[in-house]
Amino acid sequence: MFDPVLAEIRFGTGLSPSQKGPADTGEMLDRLTGPDRAADRWPLPKFEADAVPLLREYYQMRRVTKKGGNSPEVEAANKAYKGLKRQVREAGARQIAMQVLRGALTDDGLRERLTWFWNDHFTVVGRGLTVRSYITGFAEEAIRPHLTGRFADMLWAAASHPLMLQYLDQHRSIGPNSNVAKKSGKPYGINENLAREMLELHTLGVNGTYSQADVTALARLLTGMTVVELRFKVDPKYAEPGIQTILGQAYGGPPKDREADLRVFIEDLASHPQTLRHIAWKLAVHFVSDTPDPGLVEHISAALIGSGGELLEGYRAMLNHPAAWAAELGNVKPPFDFVVSATRALDVHPAMLERMNAKSLDTIFYAPLRLMGQGWMTPLGPDGWPEADSRWVTPQGLAGRIQWAMTAPQALTTRLPDPRNLVETALGAQAPQSLRFAASAAETDWEGVGIILSSPAFQRR
Amino acid sequence: MQRRDFLIRSLALGCSAAASPMLTPVAFAEAPWEGRLVVIILRGAMDGLDAVRPYGDAEFAKLRGKLAGPNVGEADLQGFYALHPAMEPLRPLWNAGSLGFAHAVSTPYRDKRSHFDGQDLLEAGTVGLSGEGTRDGWLNRLLQAVPGVSGKTAFALERDQMLLLRGKAPVNTWTPESDLNISPQAQRLIELVHHDDPLFSGAVADAIGIADSLHLIDNPMTALEAQQLVRERAKEVGGSKGHLLLASFAAARLREEARIAAFSLNGWDTHRRQEKAINGALGRLSEVVSTLHQELGPEVWGKTTVLAMTEFGRTARINGTEGTDHGTGSAMVMAGGALRGGQVWSDWPGLAEADLYAGRDLMPTRDVRAHAAWALRGMFGIEQAVLERDVFPGLDMGDDPRLIL
Repeated sequence: MFDPVLAEIRFGTGLSPSQKGPADTGEMLDRLTGPDRAADRWPLPKFEADAVPLLREYYQMRRVTKKGGNSPEVEAANKAYKGLKRQVREAGARQIAMQVLRGALTDDGLRERLTWFWNDHFTVVGRGLTVRSYITGFAEEAIRPHLTGRFADMLWAAASHPLMLQYLDQHRSIGPNSNVAKKSGKPYGINENLAREMLELHTLGVNGTYSQADVTALARLLTGMTVVELRFKVDPKYAEPGIQTILGQAYGGPPKDREADLRVFIEDLASHPQTLRHIAWKLAVHFVSDTPDPGLVEHISAALIGSGGELLEGYRAMLNHPAAWAAELGNVKPPFDFVVSATRALDVHPAMLERMNAKSLDTIFYAPLRLMGQGWMTPLGPDGWPEADSRWVTPQGLAGRIQWAMTAPQALTTRLPDPRNLVETALGAQAPQSLRFAASAAETDWEGVGIILSSPAFQRR
Repeated sequence: MQRRDFLIRSLALGCSAAASPMLTPVAFAEAPWEGRLVVIILRGAMDGLDAVRPYGDAEFAKLRGKLAGPNVGEADLQGFYALHPAMEPLRPLWNAGSLGFAHAVSTPYRDKRSHFDGQDLLEAGTVGLSGEGTRDGWLNRLLQAVPGVSGKTAFALERDQMLLLRGKAPVNTWTPESDLNISPQAQRLIELVHHDDPLFSGAVADAIGIADSLHLIDNPMTALEAQQLVRERAKEVGGSKGHLLLASFAAARLREEARIAAFSLNGWDTHRRQEKAINGALGRLSEVVSTLHQELGPEVWGKTTVLAMTEFGRTARINGTEGTDHGTGSAMVMAGGALRGGQVWSDWPGLAEADLYAGRDLMPTRDVRAHAAWALRGMFGIEQAVLERDVFPGLDMGDDPRLIL
């Protein structure tokens, strides 16, 4: 059962020489439900609250500069536009530093891990400089506040977030019989993208019992959910009128009630047993094993179903099941999690990352992550990153990890740790004998550090 | 420091350190024959009706509106289909019989229209998503079916394992952008600490073996020098020319021992403003084919077949956002000097309401696997029984379309 080293390695962001891990599962859950100190200490801009006003100004300036010419108005706008663009670019580059610091220096690693898990479950990818630069705003607003709440609330927050609506084209989906379509006479129509992924990825899972007819009906029901000036809005003008039958139930009606109708649907979908079983299975796969113990999945699933989708009860069930604490390390950390846990093991000083410029952040984080196979926040599709260990442990990906482990620690610390100490602080009593030997046999400290951090014992959790 | 970098110095790469999102893995395998096969997975569902436009079908212009394109004129192929303007640079290959298309084709995947399941089925080459053959790829099973493929001779390059090449037959993996800078002592210690973990020890041995065979391993004396090497490599790669790097790398390997190359091109999921989006994707595909043609040289190109396949097609009608949604039938793009090209192979189903699949998609009239199987038969002389049983389980190859010269 509970083990303080496994608690940090498997359910947190790794062992830290300075942060004290939780003493039992009760403390893990207490920290998780307590104040969000990591986010307070290393804030990231929220999308709607912080980025939207700035981006509106940015787009306004761009409209003026596009007019061209050299009137004083255009010249002033040009200057302002350039300044804003720099500001946006820098904000974009800084995102990763804040994320890494939260993971590296928190005493509540489970919260970071759950944030990454759910952020991936509800994958959004930013297109274009502006959206990419504030992509973490999605998790700040739609994921993090709902980590320990009801799944229905997280589903609504994620599905109605402007970044999700844009990513899956929902903001352009218009009911063919909506007011707008009828008045304009143009051939407006629906776009099925969000409807399909909501059923296939976010809730029931691809093995769920839904059909193309359910996808189409849901796409019609979702019309009206749109983005106006970068903010979410349910606009009845765009909503397809009429009743839609989805999974055997009737939803919808007149467009004026669309938001209420959508909320009823989201409640039903979020508490559907297939949905809760699907997320129980995903939690077990992500945190414990690619082939999880069926008893563990059933235990989590029962807790989620029994509580009507209270996520905290799902986590509690997972942490109270013996299969979650199997001694052997299993899953391979994805590249980002690896980089964070290595930074944590090195006990990096926050100023080191807070002051790092965009170019260094690219050299130390963004470019190496791409080589390891996980370009930051850019999975190929809405299904997010793969879970299978074999997808990460490729010659290519491993070469990337070795290269990073050999070179990045030098740039992250003023003085490298002695490899013989690092092997103890990073792995605890679990460090294999061969690794202890290698740590003492390396010709230089940077190679010793690199060998430890790229070793299988450190890559697995 | 010395860079013994065999890679594509001649390519004028952009300076952006950002790897192109369009750049995905290349995988190679050597095999005991002379023919060269390049398989390109077009991820995101290519709109076959836009790539190869059936302007001769009276319904086409009605369904497609603006996407139907201008008057056909010079874009004509065989008097019924027109080439998308972004592929016009390939016209000389068409005229030379080195470019062709199969139209109204699809995998056996139907109805749920999920990219991920659709791609899995395309790469597994099976009829369904569960059961025999679904855990490995058809290209790997092809390798399993022939003698003489060994771990020493097989060569693979990729950043993320493609299901297409996953399986029992040895296939090495790498991407053009990778590098490994370690001292001999560090290498020994790395091998030691990876030794007891089978997943890691195999991958690290492959990494070192591949980097060594490509003369990529530099021995930096200091951590700063190691960092400098990393930075240099990052500059070489990426930008908007990532797809050319893939093609160039593939050509370089195929000119030597490799016989099979596989990689992916992304960017086909044109839900909105398709006109612009597909222009970019088809343009990149054209550049990849042109690069292969140029860099393989006349002799090797003459023995080469390129098959570019997608998971499914897109709706026959335009959606509300000037794009198209997930559909069923699409087209396969074929190229190479070994191809009996200059033709569009199709049993055209028609585009009238009643002719569409589920009233919305281009009706597939042939299994795309049948074309792939006939290409393998023509290229490598693989027995039909092996193709129908092992490579593409459950496939009925049907009549020979005579794709290969």
